[in-house]
Amino acid sequence: MNDMSPNKAEREAKLEGMGCKRKRVEDARFTQGKGNYVDDIKLPGMLFGDFVRSPHAHARIKGINIKKAMKVPGVLAVLTATELKGVNLAWMPTLAGDVQMVLADGKVLFQNQEVAFVVATDRYAAADGVEAVEVDYEALPVLVDPFQAMVKGAPVLREDIKDKTEGAHGKRKHYNHIFEWTVGDKDLTDAAFRKADVTIKELISYHRTHPSPLETCQAVASFDKIKGELTVWGTFQAPHVIRTVASLISTIPEHKIHVISPDVGGGFGNKVGAYPGYICAIVASIVTGKPVKWVEDRIENLTATSFARDYHMTAEIAATKEGKVQGLRVHVLADHGAFDACADPSKWPAGFFNIVTGSYDFPVAHVAVDGVYTNKAPGGVAYRCSFRVTEAAYCIERAMDILAQKLKMDPAELRMKNFIRREQFPYQSALGWEYDSGDYHTAMKQAMEKIDYQRLRAEQKRKQADFKAGKTREIMGIGVSFFTEIVGAGPSRNCDILGIAMFDSCEIRVHPTGSAIARVGTKSTGQGHETTWAQIIATEIGIPSADVMVEEGNTDTAPYGLGTYGSRSTPVAGAAIAMAARKIKAKAQMIAAYMLEVHEDDLQFDIDGFRVKGLPEKFKSMKEIAWAAYHSVPPGMEPGLEAVSYYDPPNMTYPFGAYFCVMDIDVDTGVYKIKRFYALDDCGTRINPMIIEGQVHGGLTEAFAIAMGQEIRYDAGGNVLTGSFMDFFMPTAVETPHWETDHTVTPSPHHPIGAKGVGESPNVGGVPAFSNAVNDAFGFLGSTHIQMPHDYWRNWEAAKSLGLVK
Amino acid sequence: MIPGTFDYFRPRSVAEATKFLHKSKNASVLAGGHSLLPMMKLRVAAPSALVDLAGIAALRGIKKVGGNIVIGAMTTQHEVLASALIAKHVPLLHEAAQLIADPQVRYVGTLGGNVANGDPGNDMPAVMMALDATYKITGPTKRRAVKARVFYKGLYETALKSGEIVTAIEIPVPGKHGFAYEKLKRKIGDYATAGAAVVLTMKAGKVSACAIALTNLGATPLLADAAAKALVGQAPDDKAIGAAVAAARAIMDPANDTRGTPEYRKSVGGIYVERAIRCAIAAAAG
Repeated sequence: MNDMSPNKAEREAKLEGMGCKRKRVEDARFTQGKGNYVDDIKLPGMLFGDFVRSPHAHARIKGINIKKAMKVPGVLAVLTATELKGVNLAWMPTLAGDVQMVLADGKVLFQNQEVAFVVATDRYAAADGVEAVEVDYEALPVLVDPFQAMVKGAPVLREDIKDKTEGAHGKRKHYNHIFEWTVGDKDLTDAAFRKADVTIKELISYHRTHPSPLETCQAVASFDKIKGELTVWGTFQAPHVIRTVASLISTIPEHKIHVISPDVGGGFGNKVGAYPGYICAIVASIVTGKPVKWVEDRIENLTATSFARDYHMTAEIAATKEGKVQGLRVHVLADHGAFDACADPSKWPAGFFNIVTGSYDFPVAHVAVDGVYTNKAPGGVAYRCSFRVTEAAYCIERAMDILAQKLKMDPAELRMKNFIRREQFPYQSALGWEYDSGDYHTAMKQAMEKIDYQRLRAEQKRKQADFKAGKTREIMGIGVSFFTEIVGAGPSRNCDILGIAMFDSCEIRVHPTGSAIARVGTKSTGQGHETTWAQIIATEIGIPSADVMVEEGNTDTAPYGLGTYGSRSTPVAGAAIAMAARKIKAKAQMIAAYMLEVHEDDLQFDIDGFRVKGLPEKFKSMKEIAWAAYHSVPPGMEPGLEAVSYYDPPNMTYPFGAYFCVMDIDVDTGVYKIKRFYALDDCGTRINPMIIEGQVHGGLTEAFAIAMGQEIRYDAGGNVLTGSFMDFFMPTAVETPHWETDHTVTPSPHHPIGAKGVGESPNVGGVPAFSNAVNDAFGFLGSTHIQMPHDYWRNWEAAKSLGLVK
Repeated sequence: MIPGTFDYFRPRSVAEATKFLHKSKNASVLAGGHSLLPMMKLRVAAPSALVDLAGIAALRGIKKVGGNIVIGAMTTQHEVLASALIAKHVPLLHEAAQLIADPQVRYVGTLGGNVANGDPGNDMPAVMMALDATYKITGPTKRRAVKARVFYKGLYETALKSGEIVTAIEIPVPGKHGFAYEKLKRKIGDYATAGAAVVLTMKAGKVSACAIALTNLGATPLLADAAAKALVGQAPDDKAIGAAVAAARAIMDPANDTRGTPEYRKSVGGIYVERAIRCAIAAAAG
């Protein structure tokens, strides 16, 4: 046991620790159809709820008649706002400091808004009941265009707050105005623009889309009247926060609420907030005394629960004629829909949009964001990105291209000229962030060499000449994107959700035989935490990752955590795991010292145990130490080998990357072909390269979808035109391009293992790469900016507006 | 996405099916169900009963009868794709079936359902028009046959009368010909943004016969008769093809939907007609 065989490499390999392409342990059940999702939960006597939804985008409710519905066989109850008022739940607080109707109270404000909740003995009876509820609507003028929200005479949407001049984030300028958020030095920025050789200004819109996880939002609520306890199984990315919110609004004491996130089939930000379906299922369970299940269908998911983006950004850059950026000014008109239900940290109404200076050394910058109400679904969630970071990255990456075009400079060269240099880190940005680490020039150079950038530009020149000579109807675009993310919310000094600091947590218990269970405050929705968390522990304390069980999502057993979104799991919980493991390791060292009869300072950790310095044959494995922890601890020491860590990160982390997209577009049909897509990611220390690659593939596929066609589109009457996968672009394997992945490693200096988080980078960096490719293709024909999404017919419209269509 | 209550009837014969359909007030015929069931789940369609034709063996199969290929209405798209008879005699059908939805849908989706539904987004109607197919129809009292070219009356409106079922599709085997089905779609599984089927014969460097039909470019599938006429008797040069494309565009009246504006769809529709013509000419000449 204590000899040197097996050798070091074999012992290390056996751990399957950090850096190992360990196969995902959760896939054993997922690939065999043995996952346990909310809809798999079946309780005795369980009832089913279904919503009556508004066909109107804006209407007054003159009356709701439930008589016929109550006669439908199987229907037991119909909840409306009237019933919910009895328990003070007709409205609920949102994470953004607003309130939201749970069920329509007097009027409806968006199409498919929840109007009544029908509870029945089975799913079919509930749907029949929904059909039988009669609602008398009086249509009101509809406000769809956010640019019309604050004009004089615009329809009054929120009558409940129309006279309030003060909102959750300061002064309101208009009855449809939610907040104005500003950051940066306006005077200095204006001065930079006055002095600038060159300026650009462009309205860059990031259209409304939706996270659309494979599994829609759903919950089962079960209230035990005898014990006074409520159990809620739900598709929650942040189960502890749901428990606290449920306690605050229901007045059930928090210790009597059990919130459980079982397996969750994708979140992408869609499952962070609280929805009327959860509240109604809970109320219905309390009213009926039976468990109540609510499961959203795809149309409901796309049209009612949490859109993303809808940011309309007017970006301006001031620069010298040599292409050195001197200032950035951005105004954002943010369409929040009918209620401000953004899932941002509470003090950040526009999320971390002030990362908009990106990877560039802007001496000054100023940002102002105006949030407005419209007759659209509420939300504004971070769809596979940290809060509003993808909007910011798109804005700056598009604007840099526009500047390059104006300066007649290569967009990659312009970026190189303006990157924050390696020696400037930690870097204070003009908009208030401290970037932890980065080496942008190295990453960009590596990426440009790998794709042979100069050769691609030469090929593009030839194709442009051919196009002008009438030899081809295809144009070629090269999209450059160099993004910097801000993830890992976050430090308690500036990040909280409803007052709860955004720390995260881990509890590890090492069992006598040397295996362990780790419980973490995050909740995997597909990221593979059961695999990667065990790898961190394996490397930190020398127990094979196969011997570490990871458990998340049960608020009774897991330590309090803020959940999984904004790429925060690895930066925050990953750190908590390492810190808890180090507490275990410290105690193990004391036990080993006692066992080996040396001072603990005479020991050194060696892969899977402790060895006496200078006496390599004197060794105790973690397995032996674990047994001793329950058998013969040093005198005065408590037995056991457990630790808990709550980690409050000192800073965010700043992953970055260089993405390139090569695309051909047929101007006559608008049909595009993605020829190449190369993604270099730097997420600091890499825990599991295979999972990273999978994450990058998934995120790039979403970025492809968003940039090239995926949108939630409304007509002028506020009707959703893209309410199913027929029209909401969800690419299949056939449409999805081939991804080339690459990496550099610049560890985070403040994170215990140097990891930065990666899951969202490809979405954040991918969208501008695709959009820049389209814009780059059309650029030589005189266009400066074409709005997303770039689907076939819009590409054709772009070609037509340039006079290219015959 | 939960349908209302309905009765389910699975007859063993066509006679049984038509009898049931006739006496039932608001029953629907169920073939593959890929159009009907989603409509029922949305409660846009609420039939009192479904008459499932899956149990009628006589409605399946592909055979050659004299100069015709006869395809049972309940034959799946997959069976069409797998049929050597089809590949040999009506290769256009093979080509078009490949462009329908995805394998899972093609295993269940039927040829009869595709042609009888009256959805302009379905691919087979235009193909059948181009091939001058005939639909065999059985009603409660009599049988009749209707040409595909006159079957489609409007959006989801066909020549089928209450109680009638399309039982088979009869396609005259064309002689040596060129063909093509060109379809623009946004993704696998999508209906056409624009689609064009072309069947033509060349003789001595000139087009001697031609049929062109269009998918999803109007409220019904469209037979582009004038477009075909513009080619017949002509050497297929740019001018003749241009005239055919212009004639095809002139009858297009596509919907404004998320696939694009009518202007775009007409523009791209013309391009796909041109591609199909050129492809068919090359095949006919080869």
